Amino acid sequence: MQPLAAQPAINQNLASVSDGLIIAMIVCYAVALFLFAIEAAYGRRERLQAERSAVPTGGATAGAGEGDIATLGRDSGAVKVKVRGERGDAKAPRHVLGAVALVVTVVAFVLNAAQVVTRGLAADRWPWGNMFEFVVAICLCAVGAFLFAALRYKARYLGTFVLVPVLLLLGIAARWLYSEAGPLIPALHSYWIAIHVSAAIIATGAFLVAGSAAITYLLSSRTEAKRARGEQVTGIAARLPSPELLDRLSHRFILFAFPLWTFAIIAGAVWADEAWGRFWGWDPKEVWSFITWVVYAAYLHARATAGWRGSKATWIGLVGFACLLFNFFAVNYIFSGLHSYA
Amino acid sequence: MTPIKQSQSTPSTEPASTETATAAGSPPALSPLGWLRWAWRTLTSMRTALILLFLLAVGAIPGSILPQNSVSSGQVSDYIAEHPELGPWLDRLYLFDVYSSPWYAAIYLLLFVSLTGCVLPRAKAHYRAMRARPPKTPRHLSRLPYSATFTTAAAPETVLQRARAHLKGYRADTSPAEPGGQTAAGGSVAAEKGYLRETGNVLFHLALLALLIALGAGSFLGYRGNMLVVEGDGFANTVPSYDAFYPGSSVDAADLQPFSFTVDDFQATFIEEGRLTGQAQSYSADLTYRASPESPERSHHLQVNHPLPVNGAQVYLLGHGYAPNFRVTDAEGQVVFDQAVPFLNRGESNFTSDGVIKVPDIGPEQLGFRAVFLPSAATADNGDLVSDFPGPRNPTVTLEAYQGDLGLDSGQPQSVYQLYTQQMEQIDSSESLQPGDTWELPDGSSITFTGVSDYISMQVTSNPARLPALLSAAVAVLGLLCTLFVQPRRVWVRARAGGDGTTTVEVGGLAKTDTPATNADFHEFTLRLSDDLRERAAPEQGSEKE
Repeated sequence: MQPLAAQPAINQNLASVSDGLIIAMIVCYAVALFLFAIEAAYGRRERLQAERSAVPTGGATAGAGEGDIATLGRDSGAVKVKVRGERGDAKAPRHVLGAVALVVTVVAFVLNAAQVVTRGLAADRWPWGNMFEFVVAICLCAVGAFLFAALRYKARYLGTFVLVPVLLLLGIAARWLYSEAGPLIPALHSYWIAIHVSAAIIATGAFLVAGSAAITYLLSSRTEAKRARGEQVTGIAARLPSPELLDRLSHRFILFAFPLWTFAIIAGAVWADEAWGRFWGWDPKEVWSFITWVVYAAYLHARATAGWRGSKATWIGLVGFACLLFNFFAVNYIFSGLHSYA
Repeated sequence: MTPIKQSQSTPSTEPASTETATAAGSPPALSPLGWLRWAWRTLTSMRTALILLFLLAVGAIPGSILPQNSVSSGQVSDYIAEHPELGPWLDRLYLFDVYSSPWYAAIYLLLFVSLTGCVLPRAKAHYRAMRARPPKTPRHLSRLPYSATFTTAAAPETVLQRARAHLKGYRADTSPAEPGGQTAAGGSVAAEKGYLRETGNVLFHLALLALLIALGAGSFLGYRGNMLVVEGDGFANTVPSYDAFYPGSSVDAADLQPFSFTVDDFQATFIEEGRLTGQAQSYSADLTYRASPESPERSHHLQVNHPLPVNGAQVYLLGHGYAPNFRVTDAEGQVVFDQAVPFLNRGESNFTSDGVIKVPDIGPEQLGFRAVFLPSAATADNGDLVSDFPGPRNPTVTLEAYQGDLGLDSGQPQSVYQLYTQQMEQIDSSESLQPGDTWELPDGSSITFTGVSDYISMQVTSNPARLPALLSAAVAVLGLLCTLFVQPRRVWVRARAGGDGTTTVEVGGLAKTDTPATNADFHEFTLRLSDDLRERAAPEQGSEKE
């Protein structure tokens, strides 16, 4: 026995800084959500030049509709361009406060990252070793994915829909899952924790954004259907972002997350081979991550199949997201398995 | 335990055809061959594949809810005992062996037949497409999702040559004349890129097939065994050395790798104080081993997460426990028993452990003890003796002695962790004993608690398919990345000489996937081409404005 090695190296100062940051980031996210909600409810629905999708046609009318012909004048020589099948109607609500909300979200994101880093430093290990830390890290990744989408694809309109689940998760984490910074059990002493768990966390964050976009898509396409029937749509429903935008964004994040999830499962299998003596043993966590994988694979196939695109495929994606959440929460608390670190 | 066994009956399309025929509505009136072809098409359709994917996911659920034989057969028998009505039915439906059940095998084998039937023709078509020329330039480029027109002073040949130069990464093909028999001089370039998408797709699905085959091979050729080894003891890799042995269907006792090892030392460290007192920090064991009887002796520091690879097998440290040492002397003072007895942890973090000591060779009346071991005995508030730390701070044993027939000769298999007291009677129970303490029994015999050893629970696995499985998985990820992120696209450029010395250039672009960025890329290409041509034509530059 080696009593000396048994002193856990917890830096209490850093640990309390880390705990203070939890409150700060929750407050910041809440403020950002409030501002995003104002944008969603009172913003003017404007046509977005989403991403670099549309051909630059000289004028301000981006996203030329089918059959539009635009002439692009250059110093000498002229190019006549014709673009078909561009999505013409990519609209989302915009409001000045939305930009403020984005800035507040960036601040909250930095606080969130600082919380994760200080916790890791306080415990002198990778900052994902228990449910509380997983949730905080997943929120960090989800918000990171959202910020990326907001900057790269001008998808600021997703703010409300991403921050609601993020705040819910953080609330659950702070209220019920909280555990103080501490050392890991021997089974987690492996560099695979950095590989396997990080991949799973990043993938989960991206799936979360995809799931929020998918739910918004379903709401928005109902609005669209009502409009198509000639009904009057009022209120927030009328201001939802265009379904095409949401569907594409959701698909894009699943495209990103799916290979990462596959990699997380494989890395987990390699780790399981080292730690438990088999690479696949149908542990409940393994079963449910496999189910999640299969359902998202079905989503990708469905989206590539005529007749399944649109809300059918979106529902499959949401089933996948439900499996993911079930895997994350229920499997740890309901079933007894090797992943019972809760 | 061998899911592949079922594969011998299912891969033929007959069982598949009957199943899909009922699933897909009324079949057309066809000859048997036509029927078979129709069934094959249905099976290999995307819809069937999607349904099978869902069944694969849904079918996996009961395995996570109900106890599984592959994980713990003890839990299964407990469950059946608790649910006498339901249990046998669940068992009949293989719900305690979901992942090796015929119905689950049917799902994944159908899926993989469907997948093969879908992927192989695609692979063939893709191979042809990769060797074929890019598709001919369509007559009406303006009908494509992206099209652009401009005029230039450059000659048609220059236009086509420059276009090819700008289409980097494309497979391009120049055709000199128009198929429609154009009168004016000119030609066109057809270009395509992004073949890797389909290559990745085929590769991904083939890798999944390879993974399934590797898993099947593993369950044939691999084995797994569990055992407890007391510190200081040795182990030789033979079937009788294991406490539990799970061989693959074609594993023979003679196939076991002839390695052996000794556990020289074991250390466990726990957090000694503070809020997390008692949480384990590390386990490790020092082994000396030989890969085979002829090999030199080597040493290895065995830890959780760091198995010992030896001779194609892996030796794992899974957990640990305590093996108190006892010495029993009979009424004459003869030592009749002197060894370490592994005790099983009750599952508590502080290692309160139960064990049984069987002393058969002590005379007409055999002796048996039920014992409780506390590594750090302390008195709880209610006066009970409990263990308050997992390390051996205050090792203590309490014993209950039984006398009679242990039943070892009855022919019934016995667990070493259980005392069968049907033919025994309890004679006494002891005070708590510390190492060195001796307890005198009424008949003059005595038992001494001489000390505590550690034991480690270990596992040996041998699975020749591990690396093939890992390789398949890696290839699958690679293929997946290609198929998700490579964007195939086609570009056509047509140059037609006008009467006035200028050339009309038409550009057409087609993306096979819906990525909005592609039109912008096509446009960028058009601009680059027109700028390039203008610079080249600059010396004889006139007014080209329309």
